[in-house]
Amino acid sequence: MGWNRKILRVDLTSGTCSEEPLNMEWAQEYLGSRGLATKYLVSEIDPRVDPLSPDNKMIMATGPLTGTMASTGGRYTVVTKGPLTGAIACSNSGGFFGAEMKFAGWDMIIFEGRAPKPVYLHVENDRAELRDASHLWGKSCWETEETIKHELQDPLVRISSIGRAGENQVYYACIVNDLHRAAGRSGVGAVMGSKNLKAVALRGTKGVSGIRDFGAFMQATNAAKKVLADNAVTGQGLPKYGTQVLMNVINEIGALPTRNHRDVQFEDAGKISAEAMHEKRPTDGKPHLVTNAACFGCTIACGRISEIDKGHFTVKNNPKYWGASGGLEYEAAWALGAANGVGDLEALQYANLLCNEQGMDPISFGATVGAAMELYEMGVLTKEQIGLETPFGSAQALARLAEMTALGEGFGKEIGLGSKRLCTKYGHPELSMTVKGQEFPAYDSRGIQGMGLAYATSNRGACHLRGYTVASEVLGIPVKTDPHVTEGKAELVKAFQDATAVFDSAGICVFTSFAWTLADVQPQLAAACEGEWSMDKLNEVGERIWNMERQFNNAAGFTAKDDNLPPRLTSEPAKTGPAKGMVNHLDRMLPEYYQVRGWTPDGVPKPETLSRLGL
Amino acid sequence: MRIAFKLFASLSDYLPAGSRDNRIDLDVDEGVSVAELIRRYEVPERNAHLVLVNGLFIPPAERSRRRLQEGDEVAVWPPIAGG
Ligand code: SF4
Repeated sequence: MGWNRKILRVDLTSGTCSEEPLNMEWAQEYLGSRGLATKYLVSEIDPRVDPLSPDNKMIMATGPLTGTMASTGGRYTVVTKGPLTGAIACSNSGGFFGAEMKFAGWDMIIFEGRAPKPVYLHVENDRAELRDASHLWGKSCWETEETIKHELQDPLVRISSIGRAGENQVYYACIVNDLHRAAGRSGVGAVMGSKNLKAVALRGTKGVSGIRDFGAFMQATNAAKKVLADNAVTGQGLPKYGTQVLMNVINEIGALPTRNHRDVQFEDAGKISAEAMHEKRPTDGKPHLVTNAACFGCTIACGRISEIDKGHFTVKNNPKYWGASGGLEYEAAWALGAANGVGDLEALQYANLLCNEQGMDPISFGATVGAAMELYEMGVLTKEQIGLETPFGSAQALARLAEMTALGEGFGKEIGLGSKRLCTKYGHPELSMTVKGQEFPAYDSRGIQGMGLAYATSNRGACHLRGYTVASEVLGIPVKTDPHVTEGKAELVKAFQDATAVFDSAGICVFTSFAWTLADVQPQLAAACEGEWSMDKLNEVGERIWNMERQFNNAAGFTAKDDNLPPRLTSEPAKTGPAKGMVNHLDRMLPEYYQVRGWTPDGVPKPETLSRLGL
Repeated sequence: MRIAFKLFASLSDYLPAGSRDNRIDLDVDEGVSVAELIRRYEVPERNAHLVLVNGLFIPPAERSRRRLQEGDEVAVWPPIAGG
């Protein structure tokens, strides 16, 4: 059956943990993880709730394939109302934590209320208890993991925690598990911090039982693994080069947002690329990259483990950072690098380590630094206000601001507000490169038109993981489309959005979709889960999840006006590269998108759309 | 005429000695096609997945028709993706 059929509900206010059966009717309609947790959230909270108040809830959820033999089946999702955006927040993480939740016998954990003092949740199979975390408050994610493992005398316990950023409610604080995997976006770590919940420590020894047809499941997962192994992207490209291989591609096509999107190409892109990670450094003769790494059950292994140059100014007096650790991935390398004009790979890795250590989303952090650097160059922010000089390209400024933000010191508190609040506070909201308050990832939509629509309509604010049309528009997966045209992009964006919702809700990694289509996922789900799991049903589930998230956002106060892009992208043409002279034509795509979705011209799902989807 | 030839990721092994930063600047005859250039450096055709000239995608069917011009930058990748 894929599901454990069991939910853990944790009332932080009263300090009680209780068990509930999983709503199996909902599981048939929303599958698991992202979809099912969102269904619970929207059924239990007022959409207008203050995200950082005790009335908001936070759900950690697995999918039916989490913890199973399915490749990449280690994913879990954190669903809540996000403080960065005020929209639905849904952040997905790999590592081993998700599978452990399944092994302990639970499908999801719902946190509600606020603990009177810092606590952490300890779950050992059926037993769950809240423990005092006063001694952990103020510690980093890394120290928290170590301390909990030590005090439980269990090196195999799997831990998700917040660092100082989550405690300080940095608007883009994340939740870090297994040292360097994170539910990264939209500030889910700030919600956890607002609840005085420092960590969740899980230990499960039950394995996953109840697969509907075990023989068929093994056959389906083996066949699907072969597809991943035989595919040049998932079998060779991602394990060897990681996601960062995109740095040169996206720069070459003129869609690498640079210096807060002032430019679309970065002169130092090569220095922060996957290829550079493989090159021996002149300083110590070692390459930055040590090895690749895999999350639970993953046969792709795109993860990067690197070693920083011990002599670099950022760490030469700080041996704590000398060991091999996670990074750099493409998004982090872009946000910490090109977005600020910084081409120093070691400085980027240092900032990335701080993000992992104290639990901050490197995309939103890096992009906010980019905005602050632009405000500084314009003279709106001064050295006196910030406490240091922050011109574009300054590795020193990046490193120092990362320290200040991670620890909540001085101007770091302002960087912790995120780009939208920062730019608005200093009188230049138009310089915030965000949608619905969330910072863009690493693709400039002037050169990749479909991504403009994907960003504008993403239910969690600007994001590449809700509808990654880059796959089609740039990489030719599954078919190549022209990144410079708007025709056909409405359908393309919808198709990517709906399919991604299914991948996320199944409990697998969306990177499988570089080789798999839903037709590869369907036999795995059909063998694992009770009920009928046809392609038609999966497509409908994806669309249902998308519309449910949209309805929540509409009820939270969002309107079609929020399906927008900053004026820089729609009125300042790209200065160089193949997209030179182009802006994003969201205005041409959006009405068509609403139509394709079965929404009114105001972006509201029509009654017939809702009834078709059973919403 | 002068052009730039760039090979990325695993294709960088096919670049001749003397190339730096995944790139070599070359003197080639007028009228050489994209496909000829790729063949000349023995990049297996199935590995030349993403082929860009000045950042614009050249579909496989057009690679032998597309003649290079002075100053063109040809960039080639094997199948790759990220996110
Ligand atoms: S593809 Fe990468 S991110 Fe996805 S599960 Fe595997 S290692 Fe983790």
